[in-house]
Amino acid sequence: MKISIERGTLLKAVSQAQSVVERRNTIPILANVLIEADQNSVSFRATDLDIEVVDKAVAQVERAGATTVSAVTLHEIVRKLPDGALVVLSDNGTSGRMTVEAGRSNFSLATLPREDFPVMASSEYTANFTAAAPVLRRLFDKSKFAISTEETRYYLNGVYMHVANGEAGSVLRCVATDGHRLARIDADLPAGAEHMPGVIVPRKTVGELRKLLDDDDMQIAVSVSETKVRFATPEITLTSKVIDGTFPDYTRVIPAGNTRKLEVDASEFARAVDRVATVSSERSRAVKLSLDEDRLVLSVNAPDSGAAEEELAVAYGDDRLEIGFNAKYLLEIASQVDRENAVFLFNSSGDPTLMREGNDTSAVYVVMPMRV
Amino acid sequence: MPSLCRDCLHPFQTELRCPSCRSPRIISHPELFELSIAHMDCDAFYAAVEKRDDPALRDKPVIVGGGRRGVVSTACYIARIKGVRSAMPMFRALALCPEAVVVRGRMDVYVEVSKQIREMMQELTPAIEPLSLDEAFLDLSGTARLHGAPPAVMLARLVKTMEDTLGISGSIGLSHNKFLAKVASDLDKPRGFSVIGQAETAAFLQDKSVGLIWGVGQAFQAALDKAGIRTFTDLLRWEKSALNARFGSMGDRLWHLARGRDHRPVSRNAPIKSISNETTFFDDTASSDILDGHIWRLSEKVSDRAKARARAGRVVTLKLKRSDHTLLSRRISLRDPTQMADRIYRTARALYDQVPDQGPYRLLGVGLSDLVPEDAADLSGDLLDPNAEKRARAERASDAIRRKFGADAIRKGRALR
Repeated sequence: MKISIERGTLLKAVSQAQSVVERRNTIPILANVLIEADQNSVSFRATDLDIEVVDKAVAQVERAGATTVSAVTLHEIVRKLPDGALVVLSDNGTSGRMTVEAGRSNFSLATLPREDFPVMASSEYTANFTAAAPVLRRLFDKSKFAISTEETRYYLNGVYMHVANGEAGSVLRCVATDGHRLARIDADLPAGAEHMPGVIVPRKTVGELRKLLDDDDMQIAVSVSETKVRFATPEITLTSKVIDGTFPDYTRVIPAGNTRKLEVDASEFARAVDRVATVSSERSRAVKLSLDEDRLVLSVNAPDSGAAEEELAVAYGDDRLEIGFNAKYLLEIASQVDRENAVFLFNSSGDPTLMREGNDTSAVYVVMPMRV
Repeated sequence: MPSLCRDCLHPFQTELRCPSCRSPRIISHPELFELSIAHMDCDAFYAAVEKRDDPALRDKPVIVGGGRRGVVSTACYIARIKGVRSAMPMFRALALCPEAVVVRGRMDVYVEVSKQIREMMQELTPAIEPLSLDEAFLDLSGTARLHGAPPAVMLARLVKTMEDTLGISGSIGLSHNKFLAKVASDLDKPRGFSVIGQAETAAFLQDKSVGLIWGVGQAFQAALDKAGIRTFTDLLRWEKSALNARFGSMGDRLWHLARGRDHRPVSRNAPIKSISNETTFFDDTASSDILDGHIWRLSEKVSDRAKARARAGRVVTLKLKRSDHTLLSRRISLRDPTQMADRIYRTARALYDQVPDQGPYRLLGVGLSDLVPEDAADLSGDLLDPNAEKRARAERASDAIRRKFGADAIRKGRALR
């Protein structure tokens, strides 16, 4: 194999590969990226056995062939090469080494045979559709903060992507929760997605997917089966196993009867929460919200570190209410609001609270209160 | 030299017997009435309680321990003559001392007796640091005026009252810091009273092995050995900086201990780091039903202890020992610390469900660590488990019932499995 490739193109392809590769590995080949060159394109493939990413890049192929080298090392080398450099990757197939040449720099990297590289079995996808990058970006960005890290409830370690009945018909919906907060984000149902099985997209996949979604004009091809999900742009194909488990029935968690309505400027609210939480104890980080006629007082009382209070003018017309929350959860939820005011709907100080942006029900958040 | 009769508590100057009651059980030491840091250690506590409650056992070797497969938790002094030691597997203990009477521990009774002893200690000083049910540090500094007697007299009185009213004997170590007090209490067991004064500290430590230091176990002792440190004299040769460089955070402490110094105060709230309970089964088991019952019972015990200490924990640990004695341990951090048996049980059970092995197991343990004060615990509910709050209320209600009518007054069905 011998190819010449522009440094920027190579860096992009290799950085996607090295982020999929697990840092600590017991199987040496999994630390490697598989480089395959034919005619005039080259592909870089990396996997952790759950996720596989294939990145096609334009290159001048002098001699077709394939080999595998350490993804992290190759990435580090390319990253340190000067911008605009032309990089030549070559191996003679027998020496067990691949050379990387750029200008006067010359590297020789150990290879492992390409036959040992595990390629993810292809799947029969039951649904194929395309979605614009901004749509997927919104679905995942606004839900991923609520993904659980708790390993005993592994079925919460991802975003549940499925077809649901929204207020105006079927929607493509993403839900994530860790038992303390929940995010439910809806988007118009793309054509072809109607019979998509609901899948739990793992946290790591959500992170990798995000890198495909930066370009606003990009259309993403999505394929879904019971066990796998695939997101593809013309250059990059990201295939991932989905979490084998049943996502809990989240619909009964979303309160329908909360009537006490608070409307507040989200960024002002977030800043105030952040300020008062400064004195809260590292352990509990509880913030108390005291609501009265058009007045909200945020307060923190941490016996060993101090106390803080801040008043905000808000729209609230219901009975007095005192309710506590984890400051971090409040901040995360408030920071999801980017256009209108945040609307909170409370029931009592012990019941889950609902938050949405204005009257928009396509993104709703639920947060569990905390005793204060 | 200042002396004290341990039978009639009469203080006097040098004599061979007590001038007032003629008892030979006297202690004489130049600093006897000046030292005030003590360590009290009951003698073969569990076995002593058993012998007290069943006089037929009095002259027999008694071993308290868990079943025919467990380990020795305490052996009485008669059994110790045959070589039986704490933590020894029961089969080995019985090989050494086949005539021994093995008694299953009655933890609730021991806890009760321990409480009575603690009350007696509290009459001496508020500065008590219990290390376990049967031993504690006491700081009697500044109490001489209050009691009208120096600490040594009050301590001799404490063990005498313990013996007279509870039938439990204890040994006292009296010195000028915790390290030496603990060492002293072990010098002359049972029914001992040992004193290590300022003046003889250096001479006393000189040839002693560094294994004497509380907290230096086998592994650390091996590390010290590698550095050529076997005795306190070896330790004295080291510069503080060299010890720090070699042994990290322990270095500083070693340097001070080498000089017989220990500045740790006797503190009631010596922070406990974890709470755990475990049980060894009579027969190895792989049955989820049986193991589930044990997980619940142990979770409840751990929860009871956490509640009693007003603590809650963020990390739940499940420990399983396979038939071949290999250990399997799983832990998980909770978002929100807990002290509730229900949450500890559910978490431990989830950990058990994720263990791929099928067993059988010989031991199961449940632990709670990363402890925080209880007011930071169980503050928020679980969206996906709306019944948790109901169960928590039920648990608090049954706790109240158990407090009033005894630990067995109300039980969960699964505790009977």
